[in-house]
Amino acid sequence: MRSDGKCPFWLKFVAFGGIFFLHFPIIVIAAYAFNTEESAFSFPLQGFTLKWFAAAFARQDILDAITLSLKVASITTAAAIVLGTMAAAALYRRSFFGKETITLIFILPIALPGIITGIALLSAFRMAGWDLNFWTIVAGHTTFCVVVVYNNVIARFRRTSQNLIEASMDLGADGMQTFFHIILPNIATALLAGGVLAFALSFDEIIVTTFTAGPERTLPIWLLNQLTRPRDVPITNVVALVVMMATLIPILCAYYMTRGKESIEGSGK
Amino acid sequence: MTTPVKSHIALRRNISSFLYRRSTVYLLLLLLPPLLWFGIVYLGSLLALLVQSGYTFDDFSMTVLPVFTWKNYQNLLLAANFDIVLRTFAMATAVSLFCACLGFPIAYYMVRYAGGWQRGFFYIAVLLPMWASYIVKVYSWTVILAKGGIAYWFINQAGLGHALESLLALPFIGGNTLSTSHLGRLLVFSYVWLPFMILPIQSSIERINPNLLTASADLGARPGQTFRTILLPLAMPGVVAGSIFTFCLTFGDYIIPTLVGPSGFFIGTMVYTQQGAIGNMPMAAAFTVVPIVVIGLYLTFAKRMGAFDAL
Amino acid sequence: MRAVQSLDPGLHRHHGRPLNVEMVVAVELNTVSRFYGEVRALDHISATIGEGEFFSMLGPSGSGKTTCLRLIAGFEQPTTGSILIHGKDATGVPPYERDVNTVFQDYALFPHMTNLENIEYGLKVKGVAKTERKQRAQEALAMVALPDLGKRKPWQLSGGQRQRIALARALVNRPRVLLLDEPLGALDLKLREQMQVELKALQRKLGITFIYVTHDQGEALSMSDRVAVFNAGRLEQIDTPQNLYMRPSTVFVANFVGTSNVVEGRPALDISGQPHSFSIRPEHISFVQGPPTPETIHISGRLVDIQYYGAHSRYEVEIAGSLLFSVQLASESSAQDILPRVGDEVMIGWSRRAMVHLGDL
Repeated sequence: MRSDGKCPFWLKFVAFGGIFFLHFPIIVIAAYAFNTEESAFSFPLQGFTLKWFAAAFARQDILDAITLSLKVASITTAAAIVLGTMAAAALYRRSFFGKETITLIFILPIALPGIITGIALLSAFRMAGWDLNFWTIVAGHTTFCVVVVYNNVIARFRRTSQNLIEASMDLGADGMQTFFHIILPNIATALLAGGVLAFALSFDEIIVTTFTAGPERTLPIWLLNQLTRPRDVPITNVVALVVMMATLIPILCAYYMTRGKESIEGSGK
Repeated sequence: MTTPVKSHIALRRNISSFLYRRSTVYLLLLLLPPLLWFGIVYLGSLLALLVQSGYTFDDFSMTVLPVFTWKNYQNLLLAANFDIVLRTFAMATAVSLFCACLGFPIAYYMVRYAGGWQRGFFYIAVLLPMWASYIVKVYSWTVILAKGGIAYWFINQAGLGHALESLLALPFIGGNTLSTSHLGRLLVFSYVWLPFMILPIQSSIERINPNLLTASADLGARPGQTFRTILLPLAMPGVVAGSIFTFCLTFGDYIIPTLVGPSGFFIGTMVYTQQGAIGNMPMAAAFTVVPIVVIGLYLTFAKRMGAFDAL
Repeated sequence: MRAVQSLDPGLHRHHGRPLNVEMVVAVELNTVSRFYGEVRALDHISATIGEGEFFSMLGPSGSGKTTCLRLIAGFEQPTTGSILIHGKDATGVPPYERDVNTVFQDYALFPHMTNLENIEYGLKVKGVAKTERKQRAQEALAMVALPDLGKRKPWQLSGGQRQRIALARALVNRPRVLLLDEPLGALDLKLREQMQVELKALQRKLGITFIYVTHDQGEALSMSDRVAVFNAGRLEQIDTPQNLYMRPSTVFVANFVGTSNVVEGRPALDISGQPHSFSIRPEHISFVQGPPTPETIHISGRLVDIQYYGAHSRYEVEIAGSLLFSVQLASESSAQDILPRVGDEVMIGWSRRAMVHLGDL
C-alpha cells in the first residue's frame, strides 16, 4: 500500500533514526575491534590497529571456543535439517488428529524462554544420570533449531505444486527417485536457508547452552565470562566482531537465497 | 540375471510400493524421529521440571529430596520473591510499550513510503540486527553506556550532562550510571527486541487496504483521527503479535538483567542463581512455572485479539 | 479393431457408433466409489473404455470427473470397487507401475529441468540408456512441433508451448492409455480450438486410448468417440456425442449438453398429453400457425425477448406466464416479415419425434 502523498518529516526522521538505532551497536563493535587503546571503553577512539586480531587468534582458549562452536553448530544444523525436513514432509499436506498439537510442540522451544528449555533439559539430563558434555549441548541446540528448518521447508513444500510429485510418479519414478530427482532440487534452497539460519542460531546461542554445557565453553559463553569479569577488553572486542560476522553473513546469504528463488518462481507464472 | 544392482533396484521398488500402499506407515516413519525427540526428550524434560518443582529442598544438607511439597510455590508468594515477579512483569510491559511506540512509525514508513531500493533496504536493515548475535549486541551496549563511553561523551558534548544526572536521580527509572539504571536496562531490552515488534506490525499494516485511509480522509477525518479510528484498530493484531515477542522474551531473559541495570533479581536471574549457585532445583523449577503461566495467559489473550493471523 | 480404426477413423466419429462387442478393453471401472469422509466424490461408477478410444469425462466442477481420472492414474485409491487396466486389477498398484501417463491441468513441468530433461525424465527413471532416451525425447519434441525448444526451461515458454511439452513428456513413455486432465483449460479460445484438432489427429495417428477430462461440452462433443457425463459423483450417461445430444437420458444431460427446453411435472403432461418429462432442442422448435397434426405439438405464448447471435437468433417465448421456451432460428429467416416482435402473441410448434422423453412423471 504505497502512498503517493508526501511523507511528513518527523516520520521519515523516526524511520531512519530507528534504523540507525538498530545498527549503531553493531557499528560500535566493529569500530572498537580496531581501536588501539587497551584499557577501557573510552570514546573517542584513539587509533587504528589490527594487532588485537593477531593477539586474539593466538589465544588457545579462543581458538578452542571457536572450534567447539563450529562443531556444535555443524552437527546441530545437520540434525535439525534431517528432523525438520522429515517433520515438514509429514505435516505439509495431510491433516489428521493431533496435527496442530505436533506443530505446537515444534514451535514451543522458541516460543518458551530459553531459560525454561535450558533448565528443563538440564534437570532431565541429571535425572537420567547423564554427564553434561558436547552432546548435551548439541541436544539442547537441536531442540530449538528444528523449527527454523521446519518453517522454511514446509513453506516451500506448500508452494511446490503437489502435481510435480504426482507427475514424477506418473512418469514411472518410485518414492525414492521422486525424492532425489524432484523434491530435493525443489526444496534445496529452502533447506539451505533453513540450515544457515539454524547454524547462526546455534553458533550464537547462549541461554540454553549455559545449562546444557559441561566444562566446555562455546564462543558466546567465553564472551559472557569476559563480560562478567572484564579482562582483555580489546581481545573481547575482536571476538565480539567475529561472532557478529559469523551470524550476520549466513543470514544475508539465507535472505538472498530465498529471495532469489521467489523471484524466479514468480517470473515463471 | 539377478545381479546385485538389479536386486537392489527391486528392493527399493518394493519398499516404495509398500510405503505407497501403507501411507500411514510412511507418515509414521517420517514423524517418528522428530516426535521421539520432541515428545520424549523435550516434553519429557518439561514434565521432569514440573515434577521437580514439587520436590523438597533441604536447607541444611543442601540436597533435593523427592518428597512432594507445595512449599516452593508458597515461597513464590513471599514478598522478596513476589517482588521479583512484579519487577519482571513491569519491565516486560514497559519494553513492549516502548517497542510499540518506536516500532509503529518505522513499520508504517516501511509500508507506506519505502519504495524502490528503500523497500529491500529497510527489510534487511530490520532483519540483520534481529539475527545478529544477541550476546554481542548486549555487550556492545555495555560498551556504549559505560561511564566515559560513547553515550556519556555525546551527552556531555551536547551539554546535557546535568539533565542526565537529574534524570537518573528519579525513582523507578534511575540508577547510579546509565549502565546500572533501569532506564539503561529498558533501552537495551527494547533495542534487542525491537525488530520482533516491527515485522509483525509491518505485515499487518501491509494488509490494510490503503483506500480505507483515503476514504477516512475523504470523509473529513484529520490525520490524527484517521490514525486513532482506522489505522490503529486495524493494525492492532500486528502490535499484539509483536508484543508476544517483546513481552515473552523479556519475561524469560536473564543475560540482560545480569549485565545492565541495577542489582535486584529478575525471574531469569533468580532461576539461574537458585539452580546454579544454591543448587535448589525445586525452587528454580517453581520459578520457571511463573513465565510459563504468564506467557500462556498472554498467548491466550493474543489469540483472542487475532494476533496469530498477523504472525 | 485398431486396424479398422486407422483405416477410417472418421467412420467411427461421424456415425457415432457405440463400440463393438469385440472391442479390446483398456480400462474397466467396476462400481468404483471414492469418499472423503462424508463427501461422496465418486459414487458407484461403472464404465468400460475401449482400446484406442477417445473417451471424454464431462461434467461441472466437483462432479467427480477429475477424481475418476486420478483413480485411474493411481494417485488415489478407490474406497470401494475395483479398476482394471488392460485386464489387470490395479488396486494398490502405485502410479509408477501403471502403463498409464497423465497430462496435468497446470502441466506440472519440473521447473528445475530443461524441457528436454522433462521429457527424458520418465525414460531416465526407468533406466533407458542415455543415447536412446535423448533420441526418443528429441523425437517427442518433433512430434509436438517444438524441436528447438529442448534447451529452455519450462517457464520460458508460452502456455500453449508448455502444454505441448507436457504432452511430449507423457507420450515419450509410449503409454497404452493417456490421461488428460483439462489440458486446454488454461489456453485462450483460438489456441484451444487449434489444439483440439491437433490432439484428435495425434490420437488417431498413435491409436492409443485417450481419457480426456473436461467441463467444456463443446470440446467433449467435437473430439470424442464416447462421452461420460458426470454429475455430483454419479454417472448420468455414457454415449456417443450424437446420442448424447439427440437422446439425452436424464434431465441433467439434456440441460448440460447443449441448450435444451426441459419440461417436467404437470406442465409436461399438459403439453404433450403423456406422463413423461421431456426435452426439446431450441432448433427443433419453430413459429407455426393453425392446428397441430397428430405428429406435432402446438402451444401459444408471448414473445418476451430476442437475442441475435449472428448465424442464428434465439427467441424466448413465455407459456402460461411461467414456462420459458427457447426457439432458435437461422438468421436468414429473420428477413421474412412474418417473424414476430417482442410482446407479440405467438404460437410455437415442434414434431413429436424431436422430443426426448426423460422419465416417467
